[in-house]
Amino acid sequence: MGLIGDTVDSIKSIQVRQLLTQAVSLGMIVTSALIIWKALMCITGSESPVVVVLSGSMEPGFKRGDILFLHMNKDPIRAGEIVVFNVDGREIPIVHRVIKVHERQDTGEVEVLTKGDNNYGDDRLLYAQGQLWLNRNHIMGRAVGFLPYVGWVTIVMTEKPIIKYILIGALGLLVITSKD
Amino acid sequence: MHSFSYRANALLTFAVTILALVCAMASLSDNLNSPYPSSQIQILSFNWFQKQPRGNDEVRLTMNITADLRSLFTWNTKQVFVFVAAEYRTAKNALNQVSLWDAIIPAKDHAMFWIQTANKYRFVDQGSNLRGKEFNLTLHWHVMPKTGKMFANKLVMSGYRLPEEYR
Repeated sequence: MGLIGDTVDSIKSIQVRQLLTQAVSLGMIVTSALIIWKALMCITGSESPVVVVLSGSMEPGFKRGDILFLHMNKDPIRAGEIVVFNVDGREIPIVHRVIKVHERQDTGEVEVLTKGDNNYGDDRLLYAQGQLWLNRNHIMGRAVGFLPYVGWVTIVMTEKPIIKYILIGALGLLVITSKD
Repeated sequence: MHSFSYRANALLTFAVTILALVCAMASLSDNLNSPYPSSQIQILSFNWFQKQPRGNDEVRLTMNITADLRSLFTWNTKQVFVFVAAEYRTAKNALNQVSLWDAIIPAKDHAMFWIQTANKYRFVDQGSNLRGKEFNLTLHWHVMPKTGKMFANKLVMSGYRLPEEYR
């Protein structure tokens, strides 16, 4: 019997109790992943604790496919920090460096200007029409850690959905046919 | 129990664990480095100092930047991002940070440098508060690692003053 024969045999020999155990263990995997993600959200205080770099605007520091760990707390935003921000009317958040900060005396509100290390000019062209500064509410987090290449997995999966389905299918088959 | 898929799985898990561990250790080893960077900045001239039509003061200046950042580099350092910012207080703003110049230092060999430069980014105030204003020039650096935690720090140099009159 080859690998395929074994697989077919194991599918045939599935019983109700085994099927239930497998469903439970699959549920465990999915929920524990969710728990980890939500726990990270709580710890880092950022709505997305990990982001994948999609553009080359921060090269050579961050390349496409690298991942960044974000952190968000009450500390004021300062020049030099790499922040992830959302601009009104744009879906994808941007990771760029803060180059100018103006912090109000009375309210403590900040107005910041960002720029990609690899871009020639600042980000005013990327902001919404007529917007000159970013405020606190635009900023999702600041980058504190860096891991190269790992993000390619998600880039490949979002750009070639077929690979995602093959992967999910193969994993599902493995879970169903595994014997313990 | 000892099927091909199990072995492949075990091997993959082991490899990923080791890789993660090595990355973590590389990042932790950065903490052993205690850098002692030094820098000096001289302002050579204020080339332009005017109020914009919109009412904000704008300055153009030339400065001399000397720095030795070699001690920031470790084996886990990919690059050091360095920038000089003018920092000052006004009645309206508790803090103003305006980046004037920046550079990416790709390797230790380039980390001791001397440059004479005009401001690369516009030095514009929010309002018209710059005449006779005292300000700090701060050299910030941001160490970007090959993997792991990023480090940042700064050297504050004080005692700079803008001219009393527009020119």
